[in-house]
Amino acid sequence: MTACGTTDDKEAGGDGACDLKLAFFGPETGDAAGLGKPIIQGAQLAVNQYNDDAECDVELEKKDSQGSPDAAPALATDVVSDDSIIGVVGPAFSGESAAAGPIFAEEGVPTITPSATNPTLADNGWDTFHRALGNDATQGPAAAKYIKDTIKAESVFVIDDASEYGAGLAGIVEKDLGDLVTGTDTIQQKQTDFSATVTKVNDAKPAAVFFGGYYAEATLLIGQLRDGGFDGTFIVADGVKDPAFLDAKAAAEGAIITCPCIPDTDPAVADFATAYEAEFGEAPGTYAAEAYDAANIFLAGIKDGVEDREAMLEFVNGYDEKGVTKQLKFDDKGEPADVHVYAYTVKDGAIVADGEIE
Amino acid sequence: MNLNFEFFFNNLPELTITGLAFGAIYALIALGYTMVYGVLQLINFAHSEVFMYGTFAMLWTIMALGAADANGVHLVAILIAALFAAMAMSAVIALGLERIAYRPLIKRNAPRLIALISAIGASFVLAELMGLRDKISGWFGLDDDLSDYVQKAKINNSMAGVLEKPRFEIAGVSISSIDVIVIVSAVAMMVLLDQFVRRSRLGKGIRATAQDPETASLMGVNPTRTIQMTFLIGGLMAGVAAFLYMLKLDATNYQVGFLLGVKAFTAAVLGGIGNLRGALLGGLVLGVAENWGQAILGSEWRDVIAFVLLVLILLVRPTGLLGESLGKARA
Repeated sequence: MTACGTTDDKEAGGDGACDLKLAFFGPETGDAAGLGKPIIQGAQLAVNQYNDDAECDVELEKKDSQGSPDAAPALATDVVSDDSIIGVVGPAFSGESAAAGPIFAEEGVPTITPSATNPTLADNGWDTFHRALGNDATQGPAAAKYIKDTIKAESVFVIDDASEYGAGLAGIVEKDLGDLVTGTDTIQQKQTDFSATVTKVNDAKPAAVFFGGYYAEATLLIGQLRDGGFDGTFIVADGVKDPAFLDAKAAAEGAIITCPCIPDTDPAVADFATAYEAEFGEAPGTYAAEAYDAANIFLAGIKDGVEDREAMLEFVNGYDEKGVTKQLKFDDKGEPADVHVYAYTVKDGAIVADGEIE
Repeated sequence: MNLNFEFFFNNLPELTITGLAFGAIYALIALGYTMVYGVLQLINFAHSEVFMYGTFAMLWTIMALGAADANGVHLVAILIAALFAAMAMSAVIALGLERIAYRPLIKRNAPRLIALISAIGASFVLAELMGLRDKISGWFGLDDDLSDYVQKAKINNSMAGVLEKPRFEIAGVSISSIDVIVIVSAVAMMVLLDQFVRRSRLGKGIRATAQDPETASLMGVNPTRTIQMTFLIGGLMAGVAAFLYMLKLDATNYQVGFLLGVKAFTAAVLGGIGNLRGALLGGLVLGVAENWGQAILGSEWRDVIAFVLLVLILLVRPTGLLGESLGKARA
């Protein structure tokens, strides 16, 4: 630590540069705080491990967007104005990524999202955008494949929450299922009464319901669907993979959750899971391992002597190493070269891994 | 846009019943807006939080008394306790609002606009206090003892699985027992209240104050006590609404009052603000219209329909469907 003095002698840091920060960008509080927490902790673990034997500590600064696209632009401006932040783990959600992306691209702040899965995010020509997991263009078809091949549902009702993420994903699933779709409906985020949707589902009598959206609405929706007499399979995606979904109790039982996130029981993440549990006293949640990988890419850059955003961006674009979740390498749009989608199911009040969807 | 009339007509009875059930909850909350407006000519925008606190009182009672493992008579007893807890909590919040956010202003003859701002401020403070309850209990070192009650401060708090909600069929229409309970109890509460305001001595005081506060006080009606009574009744009704809402939906969060408050206020204006029967009619009409419109146009139009309906009705009948004010209601 002694080598780390004032901002004037950055070069004195030896191995890694001093006074550099990474930022987490996503929900720390708010409705979706449950999805933000494992991401923050995953990134924090990477930073802590780095700091343990680095000469200069790297700080992880938390920028709380509450998951809201409205708050994202101002927050992104806040991030770019702080020159010591040379990499962003996030933005966590697709909506806020779309809102904050142009600002990061303009100022050349490299971002690696561990969780935003809307495919169109990579099509904006933002050189700074990177994604450490498969997008909905891979998750959607995987979900559709699971519905067709594993559940063998003959009719599916597709519901979305009108969000960037939910509507995008539901659209892909709907397209992939084709004739199997017997009806669709759109709900609103923060809506609590879904009686009209329940009536629509009952009218269509589908064997399965797919919902593209987040856990806050999914929990209420499945409760009301079950109360309304729906007894088919409920399929949701990564936005619902949160312990809060289990609040639906018996109604959640048997629900299928697809996710491009690696199960914490996978042998590849065993060391990470042990370290995570030792640090935070709980098993790694959704996207903790992806956030850990994302942060580690930046930290490897800092260790390599990267000191500014430009060099960091170049470093991330050229990165090709094995992370805990997958081989970490980005194509020229920022998409990961190596993608896996997994199925989970709710069984006896817990979300358990059900293998990879091949 | 495709209009889905076939679905609408095929499912008309179910859509109407679920719409009535939610409309009945709107109506009970709308009473609080309409009564305070009748007496004070003031929109109590913090009333939505009175309701929100009621939902939490219900939830916490259910959790504290272990309703998840109870059934039969035991469960009914717990539900009755939860109803009283919700009514008590909402009444206390409503009375507190009157005492802290309004009475000092009214005493100093502050303009109505100031009271309105005070109401909006109180609404935000109350909602955020609930949303920050984990932090607040942390200051007192209670967050461990209260962890079940405070840890999910900002997300949905659920009591799913406590109640079975059997459905039954009448003439091929599948009906939820909860919807029937909600509609019947809400309408019963409103009829009781209507009779109370029309026939009791206190009700006469409320109506007199609504008509002419000065003359009423010359005739021996204590205005402060009357205003308190108005807030108390509004609070009790919001408590009942909170209880029924939780029975129906099982979950609440610290922001649940906002949209419901706006809708209930709409219902009050729709029926004729200041008018008790108007609140009931407005609530039911709004609930059914939302459900019907949503069925025909799609769910994303739900909120649009509510407010287009409001504007249309006010254009034709500026004083709302039933128009008459609380004061002018015949004895």
